Amino acid sequence: MTPKKRRRLAFAVALLAAGVVLAGAIIYELGQNTQYFRSPSDVTAKMVEPGTAFRLGGLVVDKSVHHGAGADVTFSVTDGKGVVPVQYNGVLPALFREGQGIVALGALNGSGAFVATEVLAKHDEKYMPPEVVDALKRSGRWKEGGL
Amino acid sequence: MTGELGQLALCFALALSLVMAVAGLTGARSEAATARAIAHGATMGMLVFVALAFGTLTYAFVTSDFSISGVASNSNTLKPLVYRISGVWGNHEGSMLLWVLVLSLYSGLVAMLGRGGERLTSAALGVQGMLAAAFILFILFTSNPFLRIDPAPFEGAGLNPLLQDPGLAMHPPMLYAGYVGLSASFSYAAAALMVGEEGWARAARPLMLLSWIFLTCGIALGSWWAYYELGWGGFWFWDPVENASLMPWLVATALLHSALATEKSGAFRTWSLLLAIGGFSMSLIGTFLVRSGLTTSVHSFASDPTRGLYILALIFCAIGGALALFAWRAPKLQGGAAFEAVSRETMLLLNNVFLVAACASVFVGTLYPMVLDAMGRDKISVGPPYYVATFAPIFFALLLLVPLGPMLGWRRGNLKEVLRALAPALGLAVIAALVVLLVASPRFLTGALAFAMAGWLIGASLLDVLRRRGARASAFAAALAHAGLGVTLMGVAGTTLWRSEALVVVGPGELMHVGPYTLRFDGVTQRQGSDYRASRAHIALMSGDQVKSVMTPEQRIYPADGQDVSVTAIRTTGFQDLYLALGDNRGDGRWTIRAYVSPLAPFIWLGGLVMGLGGMLSLWGRLRVRATLPATAAQPAE
Repeated sequence: MTPKKRRRLAFAVALLAAGVVLAGAIIYELGQNTQYFRSPSDVTAKMVEPGTAFRLGGLVVDKSVHHGAGADVTFSVTDGKGVVPVQYNGVLPALFREGQGIVALGALNGSGAFVATEVLAKHDEKYMPPEVVDALKRSGRWKEGGL
Repeated sequence: MTGELGQLALCFALALSLVMAVAGLTGARSEAATARAIAHGATMGMLVFVALAFGTLTYAFVTSDFSISGVASNSNTLKPLVYRISGVWGNHEGSMLLWVLVLSLYSGLVAMLGRGGERLTSAALGVQGMLAAAFILFILFTSNPFLRIDPAPFEGAGLNPLLQDPGLAMHPPMLYAGYVGLSASFSYAAAALMVGEEGWARAARPLMLLSWIFLTCGIALGSWWAYYELGWGGFWFWDPVENASLMPWLVATALLHSALATEKSGAFRTWSLLLAIGGFSMSLIGTFLVRSGLTTSVHSFASDPTRGLYILALIFCAIGGALALFAWRAPKLQGGAAFEAVSRETMLLLNNVFLVAACASVFVGTLYPMVLDAMGRDKISVGPPYYVATFAPIFFALLLLVPLGPMLGWRRGNLKEVLRALAPALGLAVIAALVVLLVASPRFLTGALAFAMAGWLIGASLLDVLRRRGARASAFAAALAHAGLGVTLMGVAGTTLWRSEALVVVGPGELMHVGPYTLRFDGVTQRQGSDYRASRAHIALMSGDQVKSVMTPEQRIYPADGQDVSVTAIRTTGFQDLYLALGDNRGDGRWTIRAYVSPLAPFIWLGGLVMGLGGMLSLWGRLRVRATLPATAAQPAE
């Protein structure tokens, strides 16, 4: 083997090793940082462990929004079948309304309430987050062309 | 009348693009001089007609011609003129027309610059013609902005208020000028494969640089917009749409470096071709992500499955075709020139390895949820921690090596000598780290590391400038661009590690504290804007008992759109931003206020600008050399 060939081989081996490390890191980190989308009925059916971060999507239940001390707020989210209470400390999006579709990021606490770190409502009043549409379809409450 | 004129112009442009494709590809044969002349003429003709179509649509927006559907659903007579114009590309149809306009402009530049052999230019125009034809067909069949509405409404629906912002009015054209511009490198590479010409890297260089500059500035502008408009104080959210612009940038940056080696020392001949194909492929995939309706964000307009399918088919043809051409022709090309293990080529090779790896990590994170969703499996999202854990270390390793490249010689370098020459930069890195360790208490380790890296980059750039003093201005391009990376890194580290934030509910006269600042809430007044109503908070920045200045973040409601938008108030010293956003009304005159103090935030975008300036310097050198020397002797300093 000439020195040039040997060097090329060494480089190819190093590149391959780096590729394997990268692929491993990507797969591991994907597993660590993937957040599943769950509907309120998934949550009430006990499909989610407390402490696991996920995205909860549904409609804000009428008259369920209560402001507490400071920026604390509680409300409930439903897909027509299940209802999940949500606790949040932060600014609600401008388009947050009762009866509107929202997506919340966070995890369940020990007592079955969803502690949100972020609440998203999309920018268009006619717009419904696709996850919410999906949740409503699964619970059979979805009507084409509006609610 | 205008609608029909625009549509007719677009049809003419389609015909000319087909002529361009056929004549251009025919002109790749050496005897077909007439075909080359036709391809050249057709390119200019297509540019004129696409510009006419775009001008017509702009005219319809400016004059509020609501009989045209694109205008009716995206504009409004109450909009200020500048937003009636930016409304042209603030919707799916118009933005696709802008896409084609940029493609035509770059085709025109390819024809006018006409570098490389005639056959190379002709074949490149042929490829551009095929791309243009495919996208004009896409517009005519699935996304026609000139469709008529009968009867015409009296008033338009208006432009998404989030998009009514000077930064965002400029953001799409700039980004498109960047990532559609990569089509020129793609076409040159495909042409080089067809005619087997070696000089493509030099021929493609000016347009490669131009598109990289626009892409860099466009990404910086978009990030700045997200920072001041979205009200979250963040500058990058790893949103699929942001990633769609980052991926082409990473590949384009790799291409810029690899093509330089191809041009100067003959190394990486085939690899550069592959990157040129890969760069534009990333642009196409980005367009698909944004335009297919798979992602939901401000950037994605209407979602229509046929559009997604068409673009997907287009991507398969373009990327598949180019890769097939590559597999067929690349083995016939001359192999890359040899170089020693310690040389500038090796550094450029590592640069490419890291950039491509970084792109791969973003690519997987962005597409994995969509692939799962498309397969009907779980709906998931990949959070920012994924990118921090994969992208950040790769990029950090890349930055570590950046200063070595420009100092090492081509083919063979002396590492010891270079390290000795870089000792002052290493010193600066150590000082930067020590300063951080002494001054900042929390998060000091990551911060020290980041600032050491910034010191290393900026110090090495200064040394590079000193070493080359007296040379042509373009010799400093790399130093400037690399220093920009250091500046951005400082900004990113400063804001992410030491940002303080406060979220409070306050009534009139109450004080709030954030970072070193004391603020007094003086209540909210209502005001009527051009086409919106605003709740404007008056917040006094206090210095002892004195009011230093008054900041006025707003909540705006756009009745025509039924939307609310938060307008932040930012006070910057250049080194630190005080950032206020008005939250929701809690009744009794009490409001939620969100406040951030972001140290070094402006550095993030300043660094992007410095990088862009580096690119401009290099481009300017290229064009000047070309203007003063005969083509064969053109050897720009780099």
